[in-house]
Parts: sequence; structure tokens; C-alpha cells
Amino acid sequence: MSADVSTAPVAPPMSRGRRWRAAWRRPETRWAYLFLLPWIVGFLAFTAGPMIASLVLSFTDYDVINPASYVGGENYQRMIEDPQVRTALFNTLLYTVIHVPLSIAIALALAVLLNQIGGRFAGFFRTVFYMPAMTPTVAVGVLFLLLLNGQNGLVNAALGLFGIDGPAWTTDPAWVRWGIIIMSLWTIGGTIVILFAALKNVPMDLYEAARIDGAGAWRQFREVTVPMISGSLFFVTIVNTIASLQMFTEVYTMFYGNAQSQLQASDSALFYVIYLFRQGFQFLEMGYASALAWGLFVIVLIVTLVQVKLGDRFVYYEGDDR
Amino acid sequence: MTMVQVEPAHEQPGADQRRRAPSGTSPARRVIRTGFIVTAVALVAATFTYPFLWLISASLKPRYQVFDNLLIPREVQPQNYTSLLDAVPFLTWFGNSMIVGVMAALTVTLSSALVAFGFAYFRFPGRNLLFLLVLGTMMLPAAVTMIPTFLIWQELGLSQTQVPLWAHNVFASAFYVFLMRQFFLSLPRDTFEAARVDGCGYFGLFWRIAMPLCKPALIVVFIFEFRASWTDLIRPLIYLQDEALYTLPRGLKAVLDAFGQGGEQRWEIVMAASVLATVPLIILFFCAQRYFVEGIATQGRKG
Repeated sequence: MSADVSTAPVAPPMSRGRRWRAAWRRPETRWAYLFLLPWIVGFLAFTAGPMIASLVLSFTDYDVINPASYVGGENYQRMIEDPQVRTALFNTLLYTVIHVPLSIAIALALAVLLNQIGGRFAGFFRTVFYMPAMTPTVAVGVLFLLLLNGQNGLVNAALGLFGIDGPAWTTDPAWVRWGIIIMSLWTIGGTIVILFAALKNVPMDLYEAARIDGAGAWRQFREVTVPMISGSLFFVTIVNTIASLQMFTEVYTMFYGNAQSQLQASDSALFYVIYLFRQGFQFLEMGYASALAWGLFVIVLIVTLVQVKLGDRFVYYEGDDR
Repeated sequence: MTMVQVEPAHEQPGADQRRRAPSGTSPARRVIRTGFIVTAVALVAATFTYPFLWLISASLKPRYQVFDNLLIPREVQPQNYTSLLDAVPFLTWFGNSMIVGVMAALTVTLSSALVAFGFAYFRFPGRNLLFLLVLGTMMLPAAVTMIPTFLIWQELGLSQTQVPLWAHNVFASAFYVFLMRQFFLSLPRDTFEAARVDGCGYFGLFWRIAMPLCKPALIVVFIFEFRASWTDLIRPLIYLQDEALYTLPRGLKAVLDAFGQGGEQRWEIVMAASVLATVPLIILFFCAQRYFVEGIATQGRKG
């Protein structure tokens, strides 16, 4: 923490309770909690409360109309046996495992090139790369439904130029998942902006020193660039992973909502949050959906903790303040 | 502690010079190399842009030419837009999205700033623990609280209104609290102490001193949340049944279901709706570009 804020005087040790009471007598403490009040109320009413409520609901059968009835661990049992949960989980994890590294690799490559260009041009291209990320998510889904169309979509027209006969990305169950990944690569602008900003902060003299030591372009990249921006790489990995595990809007737009498109998609576009949403709000299986939600929470928690653990090993933090 | 600064959009020329001068390469080779990179990046940029141009072009084509993939329509048919406006209450949805977006952004900006100032300025027991809790909530999947939150709004009789789309923002949002706190921490503490000596109250410190100094951060939070609200589909799906209350994403989904796949196959209408839903965000982006870029870059810096 920064030194300019915490200039707390060194007080003689006091018991916890006495310290609290002493602190509460100070108007400053009361004011602080007054400022925090919106968040505290919101945390209790819209985070902690609902978390407990959904945990309780996950042990019940509840359809909104009839009162909830306790069913023990039945919902969790069902979750483990439900083949659609398995499908949804598979699709979601597959998407995450491919989308996250692929999007970061492409974003990093583009950010490095932007950094080489520098100046106005780089700023211009950064804007161009970021624009798709400004497109409303539903519109992205609509757009790619057409771009990925098997017969006359633009993607297959482009592949045709290379003599490749593209698949039916939006209807062939074997290809739907890959179509979704193609779509996801269009909106990597945020990652590019973050990594580009990080690259600009790498001190030039480090490259100079590496060159003097005889390091080529690739070694400079691996031994200077990557360690120096590892904090940002770590950040985009975590954030993109959490977001990917909760993928909903684009895929729901494309494949759900009316009967025919559901039929076409079979289960190859079933993502976890889509399944959860449909259980909860379309079939009104609120108890089961709550169990699914807690399942997702546990997955996100585990994945994030593993990433943080691994990240500790690879992330290099500058010695000083960053 | 990382300083959050909104820097001028243009880079310093000096920094460029340094970047462009790898020692040991001749000027001619350097020019060729840069030219090569610019060409490669431009090609990728063209790929990124093409879907936009395709979309605009398709929205102006007659029905049977939508899929001809020509960038310049053979026949221009702007009536697609009037057909859209005749078929669905698109302007109402537009207005709804504006209202919801402004409410969401305004409330979250004010409340998050308030909370962030509380964390940044005061020293009080429980501060670190509470702040850890704030950070922790960022990881919580929205799905976990989705169902009970719906039940709360239903209990309050507001589940069929637009209120649930923004009202939770009155209670601040973890990510923005985090962002604004960084900003407040970067302000020199002497400014506040001086104001205190002059008899300024704590709320005055926040409202009359900290807030005006943090205008760039406030703008970042406002536009981020406005955009998030403008693209949110899941809440309108949960809460809005009445077509007259739809926001744009929900409306666009309805247009797709009615006129696109499984519907009337009038894709030119769907394209027109997509263009109209996208344009405001693109305009917002160009007006506030440097805030977007700085805001996003700042997130990463704090990883």
C-alpha cells in the first residue's frame, strides 16, 4: 500500500474490542462507513443475501408458483447424471481452452506489430481493432450468423478464394463450436489495447542491453517482452477465462430463442450459462438452476485459483511500485 | 501504487524516435521492414473492418441480394429502414435503451465514486477486509445471484419493469470502486488536508474537491457502464415480457426471431436493425475514444 495514505501513528497495543470501540468514537470512522453504506447495503441485499438464498434454493424444488419443497441433494445428484450438463460443460470448457490462448496469442502478435509501427499509424490501427468490441453483443451474434452461413456466408466465400470448401458453420453440429470460436476472435480489441499499453511501458534500454548481448528478435521477445508484460498477460488470461466460462449472449442470439434454430443447433451450441438460464427461466426449475449456478461458481473458483497459483510462478513484478 | 492517469491520446514524438531506431540496421532496411509490418497489420485491420462494411451494405440491399456478398449494392434500397420502423417499435426500444443506459451509468458512477472515496481517503477498522470483499465479488459469476435477485424484484412487484435493469447500480459496483479508488489514491493528500483546515466537511472533500479532480475517471466509468447496459441481453430476457419495454438488444433479438432464421427470412430488415443498434455505440466510442483506451489500458496495468 502506498505510504502517502497510511501515516497511522504507532499506538500502544490494545485489545481488538477496545480498538474497535475507540475507533467508533472517532467521527472519521463513522463517516467512512457512511461513504461505504451503498456498497454494504448492496452487498448484503444483492450479493451475500442472494448467494445464501440460491444455496438454500439449490436443495429445493421450486417453480415460483408453488412453495419450495426440500429435496436434499437431489438437484446435485441430477446435475451429475444429466447428459446435457455434461455436453454444456464440455462445450464451455472446450471453448475456453481454445478461445483464451488463441485470442491472447493473436492479440499479442498484433500488439507487438502495433508497437513496432508506433506513432499515429499505431493509434489508428488500434482504433480499427477495437471497433468490433464496441458492437452490441447481440449484433455480433446476428452478424456472424450470416457471415458463417454455410452456403453464402462471407467466411466460406473467403475460404473459397483459397480453394477450400468451407463447412456449414451454423448448422453442422461438428462445426458449430469452431464457428463460435471464429466469431470470438473478432472481438479481441480490448485485449489488444491492454497488451499494447503494456508493451509501450517496457523500457527501451532493456532491448538495447539484450541486443548488445547478442539476443535476436525471438530471444528478445521471449526474455524481455514476455516477462515485462507478464502482469498484463496474467490479467487478460484471468479475465478472459472467467468471461469465457460465462459465455451467453452471442451464442444465445444465434442458436436459441425460436424453435427452428434450436433444432438446427442440436446440443453443439449448448453453453453452461445458456443451459442454466433455460432451466431457471424457461422451464422454471429454479432449484435445479440454483444448483447449476453453484456448480459454475465452484468451477470458476477452482480455475481462477489454479491460474493465480500458476501465475505466481510466471509473473514478474517490477521491483518498485507496480 | 499504480497511478491512474488519463494521458493525452497522442504519444510523445521522442518516444517514437526511440522505438523506431533499432541500432545496427541501415535506414533503408528499416523503411522496408516498417513498410512490411504496416502492410501486414493493414491487411488484418481490413479483415476486422470488412464485416462492418458488409453489414451496412447488406442493410441497404433488396431481399434477394443480401447474400451476394458484394460490397457495393447493385440496387440501393434504403426503404429497409422504414420497413423496420413500420414493423417494430424500434424507436421506442432505442429510447428505452437510452433511459436505462443513462440511469445505469449515472447511478453506478455516483455510488461507486462515493464508496471508492470512502476506501481511499479514510483510515478505519475493517477497511482491508471490506476491500478484499469488494475484490472478491468481482469473481462471482452473475448466475449465482441471478435467480434470488429475480425473486427479490418479483416480491417488490417490479419484475416486469425496467427497474431491475439498472437499480442494483445504486449500490456501487466492485470493478468501478476499484478503478476509482486507484484514481482517488493518486490525488495529493495535502489538497484534502488544506481543505480540512479551511473547514471543509468530509462530504465537501468528496464532492467539491475529489470529484472535480477525477472527471476523466468518472467519464470512463460512465461510458463503460453505458456500453455494458446497451449490450445487456440476459436481464431484459429475464425481466421484460412487454414489447413496449424492450431495450435494443432484446428488441434486436426479437427482430432476428421474427424476420431472420425460422422467421420471414427478411434478412435485410435484420441487418438494418443491427446497424441502428450499433451506430450509437460507435459514435460514443469516437467521441470518447481516449477515455475508452485509457480506461481499458488501466485495467490491465493493475493486473
